[in-house]
Amino acid sequence: MPTGSEHIVRSFDNELQGLNQIIVRMGGMAESMLATAIEALVKRDSDLAAKVIRADKEVDALEKTADEMAIKLIALRQPMANDLREVIAALKIASDIERIGDLAKNLAKRTLALNQAPPAHPAYAIPRMANLVQGIIKDTLDAYVARDAERALDVWHRDEEVDEMYTGLFRELLTYMMEDPRNITSSTHLLFIAKNIERMGDHATNIAENIYYLAKGEQLEGRRPKGDQSSFEVVNPPAGGEAGENEAGIEQVTAQDSRENGE
Amino acid sequence: MAMAAENLAVRTPDTANIKLIARDVSVYYGEARALKGVSLDVGSNQVTSLIGPSGCGKSTFLRCLNRMNDVIDGCRVVGDITLDGEDIYDPRLDVVQLRARVGMVFQKPNPFPKSIYDNIAYGPRIHGLCENKTDTDEIVEGSLTRAGLWKEVKDRLDKPGTGLSGGQQQRLCIARAIAVNPEVILMDEPCSALDPIATAKIEELMDELRENFTIVIVTHSMQQAARVSQKTAFFHLGDLVECGDTQLLFTNPKDERTQGYITGRFG
Repeated sequence: MPTGSEHIVRSFDNELQGLNQIIVRMGGMAESMLATAIEALVKRDSDLAAKVIRADKEVDALEKTADEMAIKLIALRQPMANDLREVIAALKIASDIERIGDLAKNLAKRTLALNQAPPAHPAYAIPRMANLVQGIIKDTLDAYVARDAERALDVWHRDEEVDEMYTGLFRELLTYMMEDPRNITSSTHLLFIAKNIERMGDHATNIAENIYYLAKGEQLEGRRPKGDQSSFEVVNPPAGGEAGENEAGIEQVTAQDSRENGE
Repeated sequence: MAMAAENLAVRTPDTANIKLIARDVSVYYGEARALKGVSLDVGSNQVTSLIGPSGCGKSTFLRCLNRMNDVIDGCRVVGDITLDGEDIYDPRLDVVQLRARVGMVFQKPNPFPKSIYDNIAYGPRIHGLCENKTDTDEIVEGSLTRAGLWKEVKDRLDKPGTGLSGGQQQRLCIARAIAVNPEVILMDEPCSALDPIATAKIEELMDELRENFTIVIVTHSMQQAARVSQKTAFFHLGDLVECGDTQLLFTNPKDERTQGYITGRFG
């Protein structure tokens, strides 16, 4: 709930409340879409996947509503201080939640594709990663409801773990593809699914940054912790080669990129 | 920013950008204490706005800066106020001169019952700022131009000042204040009686004027304070609650009371 006492003009409070409720609803829907999409993936359930795809329309519609409400508030109420931060944060958070919904929908679409093919080599890390991100999304939304900067900061740090899991999954899936070309189609879909989940974690982290600003009135300092090294991952085929040389070169580029991006 | 009173007369690099310094200023109307130990620095070539609910003491404080409170029966001012390091309550100071250096524009436009020309010329004449008609003409044209009014009135300078519209009258009063070469212009809710277009013209004028003058404005409109000023001071029940950069004060105020006022949670 937005903190602070009530405005003298009560309709202002009502409007802020309305905007708050839209965000909370959107967040709940996105959480549930991710949960259902993973269930659909694990159980190879195309009906569940279709349900997720349909649900995304509702999230999109809510985002439009949130945008309109925020613009109206700015035009008609000229909000200041914490009220202004509330409205701006709501605008940005709605956008991030809408993207989480889109990513869940894409996950479900890929599930439909996977279900056309025989069962793939299971990548257990995917549901594990999804659980982690589900937890992060839930905690982020709790932090929003409580306007709690400390909880938002806590969430902000957990994205690194998601990124690390993604890097590991990347390697795993490449290995399956190299073992047997018949794995390539399904592994590629799974790779995109893993990427989608990792992006959901990033969006939840964005939301956490906005909650921190909303509560404190200051931007979060410093770079967010990043663990996604997959851009530099090379898995060499088992039949040797100049593995040693390549790895040294890659390490150099990786280190330089990290320095340049302040990681 | 807070300096001991005895250092106020010394100009140092720290104070070079500060025009007026108020330290521990209290004002009593009879027994009632309207202002409680206010300390505030007014920066040169800046607009400083004073905001706060009715009766908070902001107009009282404004009137201290050019000793207009002297003309109010039973009003007593204690504390230190300096202009460029000089104590304005020094008994040897010429108060009339002070009020030429620190001019004032009021809420209700109050042109003299004279022609537009004489409205502007009156001050410079009695201060001995012009010797002949040419000088006077220059001062009148210069002041009206700087107040953004010259084009509208140059062909009717002999017409009465009271015949102008509200917005024009207010700009006439600003021109009148400028004519005697002030260093500071105090404005007490200058746009309260004006329509939005006239208000916008005065706000644009403030932006231009601050290149040459220091401006302190009392306003009831938070949006106006946000638009025109670089520093904002929030008063409440005679106390100066918070003073800071306008941008910061309106996005992330330090004091709960400031936030409560500017967001309309109490009045």
